[in-house]
Amino acid sequence: MDGAWSLAKKRRALQLRAKILQELRQFFIVRGYLEVETPCLIPATAPEFYIDTMTCQGWFLHPSPELCMKRLLAAGYDKIFQSCRCFRQHERGNRHLPEFTMLEWYRRDADYWDLMEECEDLILHLAAALDYGAALSYQGQIIRLQKPWERITVQGAFEKYAALSVEEALSGNCFDEVLTDRVEPNLGRERPTFLLDYPLALGSLARTKKEDPSLVERFELYVAGMELANAFTELTDAQEQRRRFVREEDDRRRAGKPPYPAPERFLASLGDLGESAGIALGLDRLVMIFADALHIDDVVAFPPETL
Amino acid sequence: MYAASDLRKNLRIKMDNEPYVITEFNFVKPGKGQALYRCKLKNMISGARFERTFRSVDVFEPADLQEKKMQYLYEQDDKYCFMDNESYEQVLLTAEQVGDARNYLIANIEAEVLLFEDRPLGVSLPNFVDVVVTKADPWAKGDSVSGNTKPVTVETGYILQVPTFIEEGEKIRIDTRTGEYLTRVKD
Repeated sequence: MDGAWSLAKKRRALQLRAKILQELRQFFIVRGYLEVETPCLIPATAPEFYIDTMTCQGWFLHPSPELCMKRLLAAGYDKIFQSCRCFRQHERGNRHLPEFTMLEWYRRDADYWDLMEECEDLILHLAAALDYGAALSYQGQIIRLQKPWERITVQGAFEKYAALSVEEALSGNCFDEVLTDRVEPNLGRERPTFLLDYPLALGSLARTKKEDPSLVERFELYVAGMELANAFTELTDAQEQRRRFVREEDDRRRAGKPPYPAPERFLASLGDLGESAGIALGLDRLVMIFADALHIDDVVAFPPETL
Repeated sequence: MYAASDLRKNLRIKMDNEPYVITEFNFVKPGKGQALYRCKLKNMISGARFERTFRSVDVFEPADLQEKKMQYLYEQDDKYCFMDNESYEQVLLTAEQVGDARNYLIANIEAEVLLFEDRPLGVSLPNFVDVVVTKADPWAKGDSVSGNTKPVTVETGYILQVPTFIEEGEKIRIDTRTGEYLTRVKD
């Protein structure tokens, strides 16, 4: 049908999207980050139970560029960033596209606390560059961006908003339902929220917390109830990483999912990684927040159904 | 059978031997978590509505409903009359059963009336319907920015946003699934 009209009315959102891409490049370049490009098509991916990859010629379309980016990091590229397309099968909703744009950045000699601060700085930089000042308005909510943003542990948030401990949610097999129904809608309401310190089972590539080995150093950033980014202090223990991959892969196979080969070159590089941290931010959702868009389709030119 | 990933708005499924339609659908998936399919469902017989969240392992039976081609005749006292094209039998649907379709019900339009054991339950229209604009503000010639919109009223009384160049008396095509303007139609 008449595709020109549905494209024409996206002009403002697409202009905003372009400006955000330009400004975030500027932000990282000024901070000494190197922009890198890694292949979309890879022979092995990190086995994660709930991510179904797409295949092409026997290889995988990457669900995230993290394995190649960490190999660069291990090889001495201390600060790198990339904005690229990622692919995940069956993910389609108001905030999901099977092909979407991810912004990832990685830093040597940093942990997840450092990345929280960098998130604050990045979004404040974009807000200033786009003339939003220090507050955003999303779907009628005003979100103030002055630092520091809220930091709350997963345990704290479950108790506060769901009157339930994480352990109870996990043993009751309802962690994801409670998180999305009762916790997430309360996060990032007046200012952005970092939800941090996840149970070990929910952070396959994250470093265990020294003070409590049942937790991993992982956070998610929320703005107006919407999950924007996921970050870890990276796990650098190759043996531990291999054990976790084997566990995930066993779970995958038991559930009848197609087997994944182990990413051997990534595992071999982990020994050289050193203390570092990395983050993946959904660029489409970031544009949604700035464009005050309710639907991810509003901020991309071509949702798959229109092709 | 349907898998959870087949669920979408307007899909009809059978649960406990009754037909249900999905009235609202959203896919949610927390980071590193599992896919959840959050649905609002309506019992197609009782009209009762409720919310359910499904997981990717859930499977569903399609609802076994009949669809008959019928012609829309008229509306009276909030009842909508349709006629079976073959038997000339007429059936009446309530405003609730007709739902959003009433926005596009122009005289004699052909529709699929949905039946469950010969009882009418609802109606579905072609994806695209052409209607006449009956009320529109005139086009300010200076306003040529593409992407700008204005509200107009069409012959069924439905009001929607269209590009500013659309004028009264013109025919436009509407996507009945979204209720949105698609294009101008030249006869």
